[in-house]
Amino acid sequence: MSTMPSHSSKQNEQRDLFRGALEMMVLGSLQREPMHGYALAQNIKQRSNHLLQVEEGSLYPALQRLLRDGLLTAAWEISASNRKVRTYRITAAGRKHLERERSSFERMLEGITLVLAPAGSQGAL
Amino acid sequence: MNWLKHLARRRRHFNDLSKEIKQHLAEKTDALMAEGMSRAQAELAAQREFGNVTRIEEDGREAWMWPLVENFLFDLRYAFRILRRSPGFSLIAIATMALGVGATTAIYSVVDATLLHPLPYPNPSQLVRIEANLPGVGAHDIGMSIPELRDLQNSGTFQYVSLSFFGTNVFTSSAQPMRIRSKSVSPSYFAVLGVNAQLGHTFDPHDTTPGFLPDVVISDGLWKSAFGGDPHILGKTMRLDNDLYHVAGVMPASFRDQGQTSEERGTDLWAAGGFSGPPAPPPLRAARLPFETIARLQPGLSPAAAQARVDALVATLKKQYAGDYPSQGAWTIHLVPLSETMVGNVRPTLILLFCAVGLLLLISCVNVAHLLLARASARGREIAVRQALGAARMRLIRQLLTESLLLFVLGGISGFAVLFGARKFLLRVIPESLPRLTDISISWGVLAFAVAVSVAAGTIFGLAPAWLTSRLAVAATLKQEGRGSNGSRRRSSLRQVLVIGELALSLVLMIAAGLLLRSFWDLYKVPLGFNPTQVVAIQTSLPNPNDPKTDIYRTATQEGVMLHAVQHRMRTIPGVEETAVSDLAALPLGHAQSDRRMTPMLREGEKAQGNQAPLIDALIVSPEYFHLLGMTLLRGRLFVEQDLETTPLVAVINQAAARTYWPGQNPVGARVHLLGRLGRARPDWTTIVGVITDARTESLADAGIPQMYVDIYQRPFKFLTFYLRGHVDPATISAQVHAQLQTVDAELPVFGAETLRDVLSSSLSVRRFSMEMVALFAAAALLLAGLGIYGIISFLVHERSREIAIRLALGAPRRNILRMVLRQGLGLAVAGAGVGLVGALIVARLMARLLYGVSPYDLFTFAGVTAVLTAVAIAASYAPALRAMRLDPNGTLHAE
Repeated sequence: MSTMPSHSSKQNEQRDLFRGALEMMVLGSLQREPMHGYALAQNIKQRSNHLLQVEEGSLYPALQRLLRDGLLTAAWEISASNRKVRTYRITAAGRKHLERERSSFERMLEGITLVLAPAGSQGAL
Repeated sequence: MNWLKHLARRRRHFNDLSKEIKQHLAEKTDALMAEGMSRAQAELAAQREFGNVTRIEEDGREAWMWPLVENFLFDLRYAFRILRRSPGFSLIAIATMALGVGATTAIYSVVDATLLHPLPYPNPSQLVRIEANLPGVGAHDIGMSIPELRDLQNSGTFQYVSLSFFGTNVFTSSAQPMRIRSKSVSPSYFAVLGVNAQLGHTFDPHDTTPGFLPDVVISDGLWKSAFGGDPHILGKTMRLDNDLYHVAGVMPASFRDQGQTSEERGTDLWAAGGFSGPPAPPPLRAARLPFETIARLQPGLSPAAAQARVDALVATLKKQYAGDYPSQGAWTIHLVPLSETMVGNVRPTLILLFCAVGLLLLISCVNVAHLLLARASARGREIAVRQALGAARMRLIRQLLTESLLLFVLGGISGFAVLFGARKFLLRVIPESLPRLTDISISWGVLAFAVAVSVAAGTIFGLAPAWLTSRLAVAATLKQEGRGSNGSRRRSSLRQVLVIGELALSLVLMIAAGLLLRSFWDLYKVPLGFNPTQVVAIQTSLPNPNDPKTDIYRTATQEGVMLHAVQHRMRTIPGVEETAVSDLAALPLGHAQSDRRMTPMLREGEKAQGNQAPLIDALIVSPEYFHLLGMTLLRGRLFVEQDLETTPLVAVINQAAARTYWPGQNPVGARVHLLGRLGRARPDWTTIVGVITDARTESLADAGIPQMYVDIYQRPFKFLTFYLRGHVDPATISAQVHAQLQTVDAELPVFGAETLRDVLSSSLSVRRFSMEMVALFAAAALLLAGLGIYGIISFLVHERSREIAIRLALGAPRRNILRMVLRQGLGLAVAGAGVGLVGALIVARLMARLLYGVSPYDLFTFAGVTAVLTAVAIAASYAPALRAMRLDPNGTLHAE
């Protein structure tokens, strides 16, 4: 099952750094606190210092997939601003999944860093 | 079942999703308004930052679906709606495919039953026919002697080896005598075929009785027709040709015997024996029995390996029994797959038909692809709108492909349905001589084939139109409906290519049909050398008991008395002017009925051994035979009443025999020894007394087959054909003859009454069938090609209506417009004919073997067919051309 939106346009490719990145960020944010979609979008934007240009809508397919896989739960609640919003919570399976993804992401990052490191520093390692 | 839960809950999920997206947009709008935007600005900005709502919602939903299946179902629903929206288009496309797939499936059902499953027995690839040949003296399929059979059996190459001999027996039950088709076989016969009885048992394959066993096995058909399906049939006695047998087993209803003729495949009774004791001749190595030999190879042994082993065996035997196998004969044994003997002779015809119908299918597909392209231009706007709304190209292609698949499959299923409905009628069209006719069925396998063909065709021929349709330049199309856009031009040239292809394929089919038609006509009109008009042939068989002492027709004199009496009675039937009698083989062109075995013949002074003699087609006839059939005597005399059992043996030969065996000499007076079956009864010299003109009694296509006639009053025979010339009614003649025969011998059966015209016509049945089928396919192809060219010319006229209007407005004569359009049609026809002629030359060369009397490159056929095709192309272009000519320039130019 693809973790990317199936109609990836050029714009999408620029946004999604790698497969599952958006899902990882969603899980990471929800691990801190339960949120609804809008809040989640704002949260990711702010916490990434607006470095990542996320089309807000693209969160929703990702949320649906996480929901389907049982990594999240959702419930309609009344928000602080007194709106009826659908709030997402991470499940135990979600935490485990995030942990796995995070470590594999870190390994990948490490690998990429090593490859990209300046020539001189490679000998030292 | 996680997905089941999903399925149940997903409507709620979908609702939640749209609600929360709306919520999101509202919250965003509020936030932006709080920053000081106006509501309108804020809403727009929120939308922009959010993205394409419809698509995101769709993507979100997809998480809960099986995108492949559900998109397909959605596409299918949509495709159904589209088809319903243009019923005319859909109907034509579906009918076209129904024609193509229906015809292909019909031929496939025949091919499936015959070529693909020729032998309805377990492990059919192990079954072989064993053929002994003497290539050194040009003798083919000479039969096997019992010692040779035993050598083969003990060679370890075969599981079982069996002899078989097909004939008929007279079965005398309480009712009137009945002629049944019977086979004398080795006890291992059913073990070779690997089939068991449904009731009782077959023969013990290891039985070693030299003569006939007292047991017989009967077919399900005979069990039901003669014994009413009596469940206590086992052990009952049957009187066959005055011999008593017990029924030991009943074969299953599905069992059909193997054999080269439809008669043989319909065998009703099997009797087994060792053929090494009476009534068979003593089992000497040189005493070859004129029987068929079939065998089952050891498991895992390839036919090639088996052949190698048999070759080694043959080499050993030739060394060991040098006296029996002189080197000039070069005795060999050849293993032929049994399937080959079943279908070998119809294979070329069936392959031809399958190719012809394949061409028709291709033309139907091209025609529908063409229609799809035509519709693509009409739907340009819809496609462009969908693209503008964000439909991905792959998604569009999938949608369009689903539509064409639906069309093709609906067409295929309709074709299958028509075929299924008409199967009874269609089966009657198939000539009887086709092997495995009764096993042809419109089965699940055939349905699967129809669906598979439709799906494959739909995919292949739907892909290009879908690809080109989805390739529209969106903006241009939306602005001006695709007129003059790049995609449209590409489509129009593809359509022209398709029409040219259609025309070319039709031409190939029509030329094939034309050549077959000419062959058939030539054969039909060939001078026969005998006169079949007003002749009815009717058969009987005399009892042939195993004990000669109980045979009341043992000698020629005994049988002669009966034959004279019967013919005398027959001549009292009103309308009968002349009668004659012969053996079965002498029935002109009656191949289906007889298993022709050639007779070895030794000319006087020839120094060859008995089993190395050349073979001749020897026929046993009464003196009246020649006159009744209008055959002309060239030299010497015909048979006379004085030629009897006690007088020297005489024979009449045809010109071909004289040419072949007595070149440059007068054969009258020459003496020969006839060997084999004929020779055993009378081993003395036979003198040739006359020469008659060649007649095509053996083969319509070949007038030069050497033939020898001997006198039935000198050489009696059990299986007889009576001939009656005169004004008789073939429908009632059988009963009349039977009544007369009864007065002579109440136990003689009468069967197979047929006019010689009918015999002649059924000898052409396979040829007629293939000719008619190919002609039918060609006509359908021509119709489709005509429709195709009509479609493309109409389309081109429509495309160019503006140009034509301008020309007209500028004063071009209307006749020129007509000519211009017709020229376009002609251009396509010429291109199609050019390509088609090349194809036809190749096809004609491949089918040369199926032709008679006409060159595969027959100029008349090629030119005629090309002319017809061109005429059809011009006729089909005429209506659109007229439309172009009558175009109203004012209206057209303003409408733009």
